Formats: sequence, structure tokens, C-alpha cells
Amino acid sequence: MKGMTIIVKTIAGWVKILIFMFGIYVVLFGDITPGGGFAGGVILASSYILLMLAFGRESVEKNLPQALALKLLCCGVLAFAAIALSGLFFGADGFFWNYIYQEWLAGKDVEFLKAGIIPLAELAIGLAVAMSLFLVILNLSSFRSDISANEKE
Amino acid sequence: MLYALCFLLFMIGLYSAVVKKNMVKIVIGIMIMEYAVNLFLIMLGYRLGGKAPIVGEEDMAGAGGQVSDLFLNTSVDPLPQALVLTTIVICLGSLALMISICIRVHEKYGTFDITEIRRLKG
Amino acid sequence: MSMPLPLFVAIPLVTAFLMPIIGGFGRKGKGTATVLANAATICLLVFAVASVGRTDVYLMGKWSIPLGINLVLDGLSSLMLLAIGVVSAAAMLFGVRYMQQYTARAKYLSLFMLMVAGMNGVVLSGDIFNLFVFLEIASLASYALVGFGCEHEELEASFKYMVLGTIGSLFVLFGIALVYGNTGTLNMAYISRAIQQSGVNAGLSFALALFIVGFGLKAAMVPFHAWLPDAHPSAPAPISAMLSGVLIKTLGVYALSRIVFNVFGISETVGWLLVVLALSSMVIGALLAIGQWDLKRLMAYSSISQVGYVMLGIGIGGLILGRAGPDIDSEHLAWASLAILGGLFHLINHSVYKSLLFLTSGSVQMSTGTREMREMGGLAQKMPLTRATCTVASAAIVGIPPFSGFWSKLILVIASVQAHLYWVAAIILLVSLCTLIMYLKVQRHVFLGELPENLQNVKENTGCMVAAMVFLACLCVLMGLLLVPSLREMVLTPAVEVLTNGVGYSTQIIEQAGIGN
Repeated sequence: MKGMTIIVKTIAGWVKILIFMFGIYVVLFGDITPGGGFAGGVILASSYILLMLAFGRESVEKNLPQALALKLLCCGVLAFAAIALSGLFFGADGFFWNYIYQEWLAGKDVEFLKAGIIPLAELAIGLAVAMSLFLVILNLSSFRSDISANEKE
Repeated sequence: MLYALCFLLFMIGLYSAVVKKNMVKIVIGIMIMEYAVNLFLIMLGYRLGGKAPIVGEEDMAGAGGQVSDLFLNTSVDPLPQALVLTTIVICLGSLALMISICIRVHEKYGTFDITEIRRLKG
Repeated sequence: MSMPLPLFVAIPLVTAFLMPIIGGFGRKGKGTATVLANAATICLLVFAVASVGRTDVYLMGKWSIPLGINLVLDGLSSLMLLAIGVVSAAAMLFGVRYMQQYTARAKYLSLFMLMVAGMNGVVLSGDIFNLFVFLEIASLASYALVGFGCEHEELEASFKYMVLGTIGSLFVLFGIALVYGNTGTLNMAYISRAIQQSGVNAGLSFALALFIVGFGLKAAMVPFHAWLPDAHPSAPAPISAMLSGVLIKTLGVYALSRIVFNVFGISETVGWLLVVLALSSMVIGALLAIGQWDLKRLMAYSSISQVGYVMLGIGIGGLILGRAGPDIDSEHLAWASLAILGGLFHLINHSVYKSLLFLTSGSVQMSTGTREMREMGGLAQKMPLTRATCTVASAAIVGIPPFSGFWSKLILVIASVQAHLYWVAAIILLVSLCTLIMYLKVQRHVFLGELPENLQNVKENTGCMVAAMVFLACLCVLMGLLLVPSLREMVLTPAVEVLTNGVGYSTQIIEQAGIGN
């Protein structure tokens, strides 16, 4: 996939970091404002898609190769599974129980991690959704558009 | 009835998925069906003149420190919103899979027309 | 050993997402990943056997129902978990050697474990939207697995399966939305209680019709069967075994019987509808299978026919229960229980021997390189173990004593005669005759006869493939012993009682959730 003109490349180079930061903001404040894991992950992926459209597929793949993106996706989902399974150890028989909110922080008034395990789960989901959408668009853009006539047997 | 209009949209999507011969049009028909179901789910939670279901300081004035009755009677149901979020993500995944299979089939067969992609017969 | 219920879903999910990480380390990584996946399926089988006879309600996140999601393990769920465990362990073991023909092993293992996780979730779920989410997980994984080797026909079959399967899922979702709009809750026990109190109005009967269409599409009942004869032959052999053996029964038959019997309450009209759909599946599947020359396509049509048997048993039981009403006398209850016992016993029998048949066809395909029966012949002297297991499975599916298939068909015939549906019993026997014809055709053209010249050098497959096939063949013979009264009380009778209890499910779950967790 080829890139675009010099104007698009310059603007994309400036704007990509803003989109990325906005995506991280939507993920982190997911328990208070609308958004959360899914929507923030989509915004994070769209910054990479903008780069793919502006600079071409090959340069983005050199930056974040497919194998690394797949491994990050699995790490995100495994982190979510670890958070859910840790409820089994910390609370008696409580799979996916919000033990941080109910037990550790009960009665205290802290600012950090006030909602318990929910922001941690949102971070994991945001990473997983961003990587998966990036992989989808990367793989869909790699199909050749010309079909040779001798492929029709 | 607005719900009947949702069902009409569902039927339009079903018509497109069943009758059309181009693979991409079939996929678009399925996406229209999915939009119709999401719209139906969201409309189930709506209450005329309702407010967003976020509890503020003035809503905790009910008996015994609970949420006030006025809040419960005027707020919109939040459960269908969570259902629709989940459904949109599931349909996104299935759309990605369908499109990639369409592209691969076009690579192999050279056409999007389903009447020509009929190697499996009988 | 009392295992928390979420581990049935969490173990395959964690394994599925460990596969790409471990498999990325080259040859050693692929071997480690395969061993890990096999260990996970065998671990699930052991846990499923250990939870036979246990009933449990698990509240996720310690939120009490109806605010939270609960997982329910009762008799029917433990029977399905047993079937899923057996077939997935055998198919994964078979795939160790068979999938060396394909690339991208880590992704295959990951998708397989996702399918198992989805099926376990469907069986254990106590909340109707949770059932839909796990249904979609299992279906999406199976769409990708059907087109795994990206040849022409596999992609075409995968597209057809995918379009029809997604339409079925959307029908189910529309039904769930209608049920939520009418009852205001998503928990199956509370929906059942609300329907008992308010009766079935127009919106709810429309939702029931949508559920029958949607789950009927997943279960490949006629007239929604058009995807199955293309999808099952094109998949790799262990995936065909999983699809035909457990997926169409879990996503279709189990979900439909759970919704129709436990949530809505069975009535005579719905019972007749199920019986008519089941009879047409049986007849059309068997008649279309006789004329096939592709080995796996014949077995796929025979799957449609046998799932018709399962739905027939459940339908006749529902008919008797619906006809008699809430205060049913003990004789009618006994005959309804017998019909449902026949249906459920045929379900688990068919899982075992149809997956064995697909595994043997995979073994034949790996050795000879073809699926056309006209090009094969006389493989009996070259592949004796494959021939022996295929004969055992064919005898079981036809219904020859003492194999397991005979007992379940006998129970179905007796139940239909006792319900005064003599013509149904006649149709069952005629379809058994058609099944005999089609499997005699398989035996004659594949194993007997003379060996063509280009197949002189085929060899028997060894190792993991044969171990998996022999394991399933032993189960075929031993499954008949499940009717011995002590084993039957443990495994089959709780499952039957769940369905004959009907809407009593709701009071049972609400009590257990209140007292238990």
C-alpha cells in the first residue's frame, strides 16, 4: 500500500501523538467518563491506521511488526484473565470479584484506584482491542488487488 | 410503533442478505440486520423525557441513604446500553472475518458473484 | 474435588491466549504449545468427569442474582460437559499428527481452545445474554476453523457457513431483546418466573418463534440445514469431528431445549413443531446421504439425520408433557422421561461415534489423499486399525447390538409406540434402514473391493491418531453400559429430570443461589 502526498505525511506526523494521547485518556478515565476499554482501544488503533494510510503499510509494519502485535494482544487478554482469576485467591470463591474496592479500600478515602479492579481491567482491554484492530487492518491491507487469470482453475 | 419500524429494517437487511448475488452486498445486508437489532435494544431502555442514569449528589436523597425515587422514575435504563456495547464489538469481529473471507474468495475465484462460486454441489 | 465453575471457561481461554506467545519461539515452541493444549483438554475431561452428579450455582463477582451473572451446573449441563470433554480431548490428540499438513499451528490451537471455551460457557451459563456471548465466541472460532486451509472450496464453504450462522445468531439476539422488553430481566430463572406469572403474550410467542429459527439454524435442522453439507467436509478432520460431534448439539439442541423447556415452559404446539422438524431432518438427511460419493459429505448428511433423532426424542417428551399440563400423572411422566432419556442418550452416543467416523475419514484422507469413494477400495488389508474402528463406529450408528446406538434407538422406538405415535416409530425404523444402506456403501467402497494401482503404497497411520481412534471406539462399545441402573442414576437421570422439571428450574435456581453463595 503506497503512502500519500507530503502534506498528508507532515500533518499525520504531528497529529498521531495527539490521537494516541486522547486514546489513553479515554481508556484511563473509563470508570468516570463515557468510554472505557473498547472505545479507547479503537481510538488507539485508529492512530496507527492513520499512519498506515499516510505512510504506507510497510513502514508501519517495520515499526510494529505483526508478531509483536499478536504477542501484545495475548498479554492484554492474559492480564485481564489474571485480574479475574486473582479474585479466586484473595476472596473466598469470588471469580472476578472487586476485592480491591470491597476489602482493601473499604472505609479509606484514596484517589488512586478508587474503583477497584475496574481501571486495571480497562487498561488490559484497551491494549487488547487496540492491537487486535491494528492487526485486522494490517492483514486486510496486505491482499493483492490484481488477480492473475491463471488462478481460476 | 417504532419497534415495528425496527423490525422492518431487520427485514430489509434479511432481504438483501438472501436475494442479492454479490458477496459484498450480502455482507452489507447482514450489517443492516445487526444495526436493526442494536437499535431495537437501545430503544427498549428509553423512557420519554428521561435523564442519563448517572447518580449525582442530589439524587441520594431517598430514604435510608439510598437513591431517590425521582431518580428511579425518570432515568433511562442503563442495561441495554451495556448489551449494545457488547453486541457492537461482537459484530465488529464477525464483520472483519466476513470481509477477509470475501477478499480471499475473490483472490481464488476472481469474482464476487455467488452464482459462479459453486464448486461444492450435491 | 469441588472445582469453581468459572475454571471450565477460564482454563481454555487462558490456554488459547498463551498459544501465540509460546508458539512464537520456533519449532520447540510449537511442540510445547501442542503439549500444553493437549494437557488442557485432558484436564477439562477429568474435571468434567469429576463434576458428574454435582449441582451448583456460582455467582460471578459475588453479585447476587438478578443483579449479577450466575453459572449453573445441573444434570443436563454435566452431561454436555462430559460430551464436550471426550470429543475435544480425542480431536486434539488426533490433531497432533494430522495437522502437520497445515501451517500456522499456534493459531489453530488457539482457535480450537476458544471454541471449547465458548461451548463450555454456553453449557454453564445461567443468564440468557451470557449464553449469546459464548455462542458467538464458539461460532466465530468455528467459522475461522472451517476455512483453515485456505483452498477454494474451504473458503466457499466457510463463507456460506458464516453468513447463515450470523443470520441465526441475529435471530437469537432479536429474540433476547424481545424477552428483555417483555420481562425486564435477563436471568433465566427470573425470566421463567415472570413468564409463569404473566403468561405468554404475543411478543413472547414471537420471541419463541425467533429462538426456534435461530437455534434451529445452529443445530442444522431442516429447513435450515443448507450450510452443513458444505462446511463439515471442508474442515480439517478433527474440526469436522468437533463440529459434528458437539458444536451443533451444544449451540443448537442444548440451547433450544434449555429455552423451550426451562424458560418458556413446553406446550403441545411447540412439541408438535419440534417433532415435525425432527422427522423432516431425519428423513431428508438420510435420503440425501445415500446418493453421495464424497466420504465426508455422506457423513455430514448423516449428521443431519441423527440430530433429527435427538430432537425427536426431546420433542416427543415435550409433546407428552405439554399435552398433560401441569398436573401430570405418573404414567405419562414415565413415558415422557423415557422419550427424553432416549433423545439425550442418543445425543451423547452420536457425539462419540460420529466424531470417530470423521476421525477415521481423516485418517483415510491423510493416507490416500482423496475423499472420493469411487477412487478408493480395498483399504482393509493396508489400514487394518482404521478399518476396525470405522466398522465399530458404523455398527454403532446403524444400531447393531451390543453397541451403544442400538440401545438409544430402541428406547426411542418404545417411547414413540407408548405415546401412540405408531407412524413415528415406523419412520424411525425406515430411517435406520437408510442409515444401514449408506454405511454399507461406505464399507464396500472404501475398505472392501480391490485396491486401485495408485494406492498400492498406502500405510497405516500410527501414534496419536490411532490412540485417539481406539479410545473413541472403546467408548462406543462401553457406552451401552450407561443404561445399567447405577450409572444411569448418576449420569442420565439428572439430565432427564432437568427437562421434565420444566419451569421448576426457576424455583430451584433461586433457592440454591440464596442459600449457597
